[in-house]
Amino acid sequence: AMEDVCAKFVSQKVSKARWRPPPAAALRPPDCFATGSWDNEDNRISIWSVGDLGNVGLNGEYQGEPQLLCDIRHNGDVMDMQFLDQERIVVASSTGDVTIFRHHQNNQTLSANQRWEKAHYHVDRQASCGGAACTGVICNNPEIVTVGEDGRINFFRADQKDPVRTIDNADSSTLHAVTFLRTTEILTVNSIGQLKIWDLRQQRNEPSQIFSLTGDRVPLHCVDRHPNQQHIVATGGQDGMLSIWDIRQGTMPVSLLNAHEAEMWEVHFHPSNPDHLFTCSEDGSLWHWDTSTSVSEKPSFLHQGGRSSTYFSHNTINQSVVSAWLSNDPTKDRMEITNLIPNQTLSVNSLDVLGPCLVYGTDAEAIYVNRHLFA
Amino acid sequence: LSGSRCHPQVVPGVDSATRQLCFEWGPAEMLVCETLFGGRGGCRHAPPWATIGQPLENDWATMGTPLGNWAGEKRPSSSSVFVVRKDQDVYVQTLRKLFNESHGIFIGLQRSEEELTGKSRKAQLVQVSKNYRSVIRACMEDMHQAAVSARDPALHNQYSTQVSILSAMELIWNLCEILFVEAAVAGPLLIRLLDWVRLHVCDVNNMVREVLSSENPSKHELFWNVVDVFVLQGRMDEARHLLSKEASANPASMNMCRVLDDLMKKMPVPSLGNMQTLTEMELKWQHWHEECQRYLQDGTFASNSHMESICKVLLGDENAILEKKELLTTWYHFLVTRLLYSHPTVKPMELPIFIYHVCYLPPQSSMDLFLRGESSAEPLDIILMAAFEFEIHQVIKECSIALSNWWFVAHLTDLLDHCKLLQSHNLYFGSNMREFLLLEYASGLFSHHSLWQLGVDYFDHCPEYGRVYLELHIERIPLNTEQKALKVLRICEQRQMHEQVRSICKIMAMKALRNNRLGSALSWSIRAKDAAFATLISDRFLKDYCEKGCFSDLDLIDNLGPSMLLSDRLTFLGKYREFHRLYGEKRFSEAAKLLLMLMTAHIAPCSFWMTLLTDALPLLEQKEVIFSAEQTYELMRCLEDLTAGKSDKQKFQDDDVETMKVEMLRLALARNLARVIVKEGTLEGS
Repeated sequence: AMEDVCAKFVSQKVSKARWRPPPAAALRPPDCFATGSWDNEDNRISIWSVGDLGNVGLNGEYQGEPQLLCDIRHNGDVMDMQFLDQERIVVASSTGDVTIFRHHQNNQTLSANQRWEKAHYHVDRQASCGGAACTGVICNNPEIVTVGEDGRINFFRADQKDPVRTIDNADSSTLHAVTFLRTTEILTVNSIGQLKIWDLRQQRNEPSQIFSLTGDRVPLHCVDRHPNQQHIVATGGQDGMLSIWDIRQGTMPVSLLNAHEAEMWEVHFHPSNPDHLFTCSEDGSLWHWDTSTSVSEKPSFLHQGGRSSTYFSHNTINQSVVSAWLSNDPTKDRMEITNLIPNQTLSVNSLDVLGPCLVYGTDAEAIYVNRHLFA
Repeated sequence: LSGSRCHPQVVPGVDSATRQLCFEWGPAEMLVCETLFGGRGGCRHAPPWATIGQPLENDWATMGTPLGNWAGEKRPSSSSVFVVRKDQDVYVQTLRKLFNESHGIFIGLQRSEEELTGKSRKAQLVQVSKNYRSVIRACMEDMHQAAVSARDPALHNQYSTQVSILSAMELIWNLCEILFVEAAVAGPLLIRLLDWVRLHVCDVNNMVREVLSSENPSKHELFWNVVDVFVLQGRMDEARHLLSKEASANPASMNMCRVLDDLMKKMPVPSLGNMQTLTEMELKWQHWHEECQRYLQDGTFASNSHMESICKVLLGDENAILEKKELLTTWYHFLVTRLLYSHPTVKPMELPIFIYHVCYLPPQSSMDLFLRGESSAEPLDIILMAAFEFEIHQVIKECSIALSNWWFVAHLTDLLDHCKLLQSHNLYFGSNMREFLLLEYASGLFSHHSLWQLGVDYFDHCPEYGRVYLELHIERIPLNTEQKALKVLRICEQRQMHEQVRSICKIMAMKALRNNRLGSALSWSIRAKDAAFATLISDRFLKDYCEKGCFSDLDLIDNLGPSMLLSDRLTFLGKYREFHRLYGEKRFSEAAKLLLMLMTAHIAPCSFWMTLLTDALPLLEQKEVIFSAEQTYELMRCLEDLTAGKSDKQKFQDDDVETMKVEMLRLALARNLARVIVKEGTLEGS
């Protein structure tokens, strides 16, 4: 419900917001998140706490606004940001730098832990403006993969100074986002509507598979993979369209879903509740896509989680029953979608979901936290 | 310098007395520099945009940095360029919250446009006004916190100044809300004004708190002061509560207290709910007034000066009220108190006359008393006075002069315009006051490196000049990343600003080209539907191919789709690449057909024909016959057209390689023709 959302104006346009992952064994919801800013003379990485630090009553009823724990200056716009582990955040910069910041929780400070300067660059790397914006980063500790406007893919290890591998000219257009498909494969999306799979075991500097939008080749801006069923991939495009792909078959998306009126900046499956998906856009909206209702209507024996998909032949119609995301006509009473932001104005640049918690940041210089997402 | 600014401001550091000045207008800024014009003849120009302004104390923000001796003269003092900004507050970090949050309210107000009428519309507008005020207050609290925690005294002062400016802004806005937005009528008007005074006269709060929290309030030396404060602000219940303490602590005055308490209890108060008519209220008031008069005259309070003076206050005695000047602190508190006890059913239109009598006329001319010997009224006094006199335009004008931002006047004027209070007033320049002020404010936002996005929506709601302003400003946004370019592009595309869309795409395409990112460059020119640029990039691709013998950026060229039709050269590039693919897949006859078509349909530029013919060589040399007789003749014609088209001089200059190529082609074509005649003849014969 909207009344569960608390907002804070932070005097900087927020380009990224990420929950800090809670310790592996902990069952409690996240209590801390990081934000990055863009388009400021002085951009910053900030760590915020929600509750647990004296501003929440004993009964847990009172929801204080996010409190700034610490922040640090960041050179260039924050283009992307991922937690490597509980203490370290990898940040992609418009200058082409990739930096690991460490959050010292004992004295609440941030420091730059490691930096790959101009990891992304144009022809003349040494020139003062030779860096190319690093547009996306994804981590699987200790591995870090970055992509950029230079069409380059870098593979780093958190503990190594030099990149493990670099694919120059991996893409002739701009790479907008990257994510892991499996531990040895990554997915990238680019500005001519292509989704590519790269197999890291192969030494060839070519994608192992290319998927592509038909027609106008609308640029793709974001990508996420279903947490349990790895063949289901969601991407968001410049026209605001949500595309669902089944990478086991075909080269075109299984379904195209329309909700946003402008660039979709991020798409996230809920990590533990993947019937739910969240997208945000330049048009100032944040949509919650919910397929859980359609699943509950089905006979229970068909609903066996991700692995059940192997029982079905790839071409049967029944396949849509396995995952509502791959349904042939998902709009038809299978999916409920809700805009979580009434009175939208400026762009929602980033969102993150974890447990019952949602955080998002906007160009209207505000961060919003909802801690009762499914209430 | 602006329509509403009527007295000159000194730009610190500029010496206009001894030197000539020149200036250059910008949308929100002005460049000022000293020149040698007149001294030596001819005006010299300083390097443009050489310094960046920093806010100073007054509302002209400047910073001059010596640039060295740019004019080559030995007059170092003339080597500064000043960037002069009009809206200084745009650069105050803590005010960004104000700009962003109020932007949302502004948009809401524009969207709410007149679907409601009458009372509900008014309620809506009042709510909008309150929302604006609550943003100001929230900002004020943040600023106050910042001031408290600031260690640096200069910083502390800066924050404190901001707090008092914000507080004055809220004070003015609140009064405008009562008088103009809500347009409270007789009765409720006074209640609202009392609320306004209680909310804003905070100087006495500490004293009240001290007395109330003391062990024995009635023995406190400031006890009667606090009772007075309550009476002056019309807080009767609180005053009576204190009086009861006095009564129980001092049995001698018990009776007096009871009488005064009774008077206070019975005091008629205008109701908000329209339950009683004004006449009823006035009648009750008359009775009550007479009762107070009686008690005063029969000496009931004679033995206690405190209570006697309170009774005089209740009777609206001007001298009695003025005796408590220190507790009133401001003239407008005095004014409201006077209204409360002498004219509680004041109608809005009676206010100006009442004020004239109370504040300006002798013998008391209370305005002078409260201005504490200052020779002239402060801007705040002038603004509030203008509001009380319902001079809306005067309020806006004075605020424009006094405040260091356009935020306040722009938003207030817009709200008042939605209340339909400004429609008759047109300026002799621009469109109307609302639009003029919104344009100024939004231009200020656009001069800020980050707040420019907010400005877009303000321009959208300026029907006359908003579009032009937006077009001029948006082209000046630096595009340091593609993502930012996309955001700017989206703004332009949504508003069908084709010219700007083209220019942004072109800038990005040029950047990509400079960075040798042909694929990106092509994407940008396809997005701008810029055929000329697409041709240019296609030529680069083809040149690269001719030099390296292979294509770069295959992933893009193979996926051009319908955008291939944007320019002829791009079509050729796509088709030529298709030929290579077909050849690679050993689909020779399809490849041959396509190759020939590229020339015969004149898709290929002439300069490329030789390359294409050379590409035909391996097809001609295949074991299997691929080109039909007819196709071979056509190929031959292409070759002859190409060689005939060149002048003798060119032929002479062509190197041997070229000549040899032509000879080889002729040979291959002839052999192919021979083979195909045999083959076709055999087929026909069989």
